[in-house]
Amino acid sequence: MEIAQALEVIWAARWALLAGLGNTILISVLSILMGTALGLVVGLILTYGNPVLRFVVRLYSDFLRGTPVFVLILACFYILSVVDIQLSAYEAGIFALTLFCSSHVGEIVLGALKAIPKGQTEAAKSVGLTFFGTFFSVLLPQALRMILPTWVTTATEIVKASTLLSVIGVVELLLGVQQVIARTFLSLELYFFAGFVFFLLNFAIEKAGRFVERKVAIPS
Amino acid sequence: MSVPVLEITNLHKRFGDVEVLKGIDLTMQRGDVVSLIGSSGSGKTTLLRCVNLLEDYEEGIVAVAGEQIGYRQQNGRRVRLREREIARQRAMTGMTFQHFNLFPHMSAIRNVMLGLVRTRKMPKDEAYATAETWLDRVGMKDRKDHFPGQLSGGQQQRVAIARAIAMNPELMLFDEVTSALDPELVSEVLAVVKGLAADGMTMLLVTHEMQFAHDVSDRVVFMQDGRIGEEGPPDTLFHNPKSERLAAFLKSSKF
Ligand SMILES: Nc1ncnc2c1ncn2[C@@H]1O[C@H](COP(=O)(O)OP(=O)(O)OP(=O)(O)O)[C@@H](O)[C@H]1O
Ligand SMILES: [Mg+2]
Repeated sequence: MEIAQALEVIWAARWALLAGLGNTILISVLSILMGTALGLVVGLILTYGNPVLRFVVRLYSDFLRGTPVFVLILACFYILSVVDIQLSAYEAGIFALTLFCSSHVGEIVLGALKAIPKGQTEAAKSVGLTFFGTFFSVLLPQALRMILPTWVTTATEIVKASTLLSVIGVVELLLGVQQVIARTFLSLELYFFAGFVFFLLNFAIEKAGRFVERKVAIPS
Repeated sequence: MSVPVLEITNLHKRFGDVEVLKGIDLTMQRGDVVSLIGSSGSGKTTLLRCVNLLEDYEEGIVAVAGEQIGYRQQNGRRVRLREREIARQRAMTGMTFQHFNLFPHMSAIRNVMLGLVRTRKMPKDEAYATAETWLDRVGMKDRKDHFPGQLSGGQQQRVAIARAIAMNPELMLFDEVTSALDPELVSEVLAVVKGLAADGMTMLLVTHEMQFAHDVSDRVVFMQDGRIGEEGPPDTLFHNPKSERLAAFLKSSKF
């Protein structure tokens, strides 16, 4: 009867849980989109930037990737306010996840652009393409295809990392669930439920990624 | 005489401390077919790549149809042109590569269209028609929607030739068009190149196919340690080599 009871509790708390899920999705989507945009810039600078710029961005990326996301989130929430930047928990969390995402996407972009043979650039140049023409018509379409699988993995990492925002009080799915547990003490069932929902989210993301991958695959 | 299609004057090129081109002079008139031969490392590829500025060089002048490529003189100093200018100049020559370098994410016809649309600013339908004409010319029209990964090496190289020549360049540069191909695919590509030569295309080609160089060229240039060792009409060069080096080279090439 434990399960029936748990389902009942979940049903009763459905709006609160849905709101939590909505937050999880919103936080993830915003962080992934902004992190990817920023990550593209990071990757471009790491690939084509002048040495000084490259050095600075390399430090940025290494630092962010070497720091636990958890620490990053706490830092964005507590330390930024010390320097008088007042962010809500929500904003600070998205900011931290965006930084985290950008460093990973930056490395992926760098790797992909480097993996494209030099002959591609030379062939593009030989038909008179400029740097921008070469980049947008020749390099980027190939790089994006290479990036896609790893990028999807990064996206699922962000979804998982978004649970850490619960510590600074952002009511995303995990904290929503914990609040229900505090009232009902059904911790096993509800944590299982939370885990299952995260699994479904990431499963959907992976499936969507596979679908797009097949769609844009180069015939051979 | 009219303006040469290609005029190279005293070209020097170094990679680090190593000088790989040590003063090259070469002039080609419209319709000339010139083959560069010579042993590995003698600088043939580098010379081609300097002509369309895939390599920068330290000294010398390359002019295509009377226009200096890549640099201009300013107060007696040599200044590199802006990237946009250089891009325009690169389109004055067409180039094919040993490993084809087709764009793998584009169909054959898109490969040919890219430069027409992007560089020549041709409307899409006109570019399509032009590309189709050239693919037909290299015998690839029925494969125009195939992707490079679906084509044999010989077919890819023919598409690459169409991509270069559809741009209507002043000069074609061929770098060992057949050396990456299986033996049975060589002749289909060489036939295309010969056809273009017969049409009066001006072309500078690097090749290890001595018979082909003999048949197709107006002039053959023997490169030797970054210099032009010997040059002349194919019959003279192949049958009466002046230098020991060329004689030995021809012998080792089983001509
Ligand atoms: N990017 C580079 N960096 C350094 N050295 C280079 C580079 N490209 C070519 N070289 C050197 O320049 C010399 C000329 O090379 P090049 O490729 O022009 O010779 P090649 O005549 O085309 O030879 P092959 O018949 O083997 O193609 C060689 O010694 C080569 O090692
Ligand atoms: Mg070579």
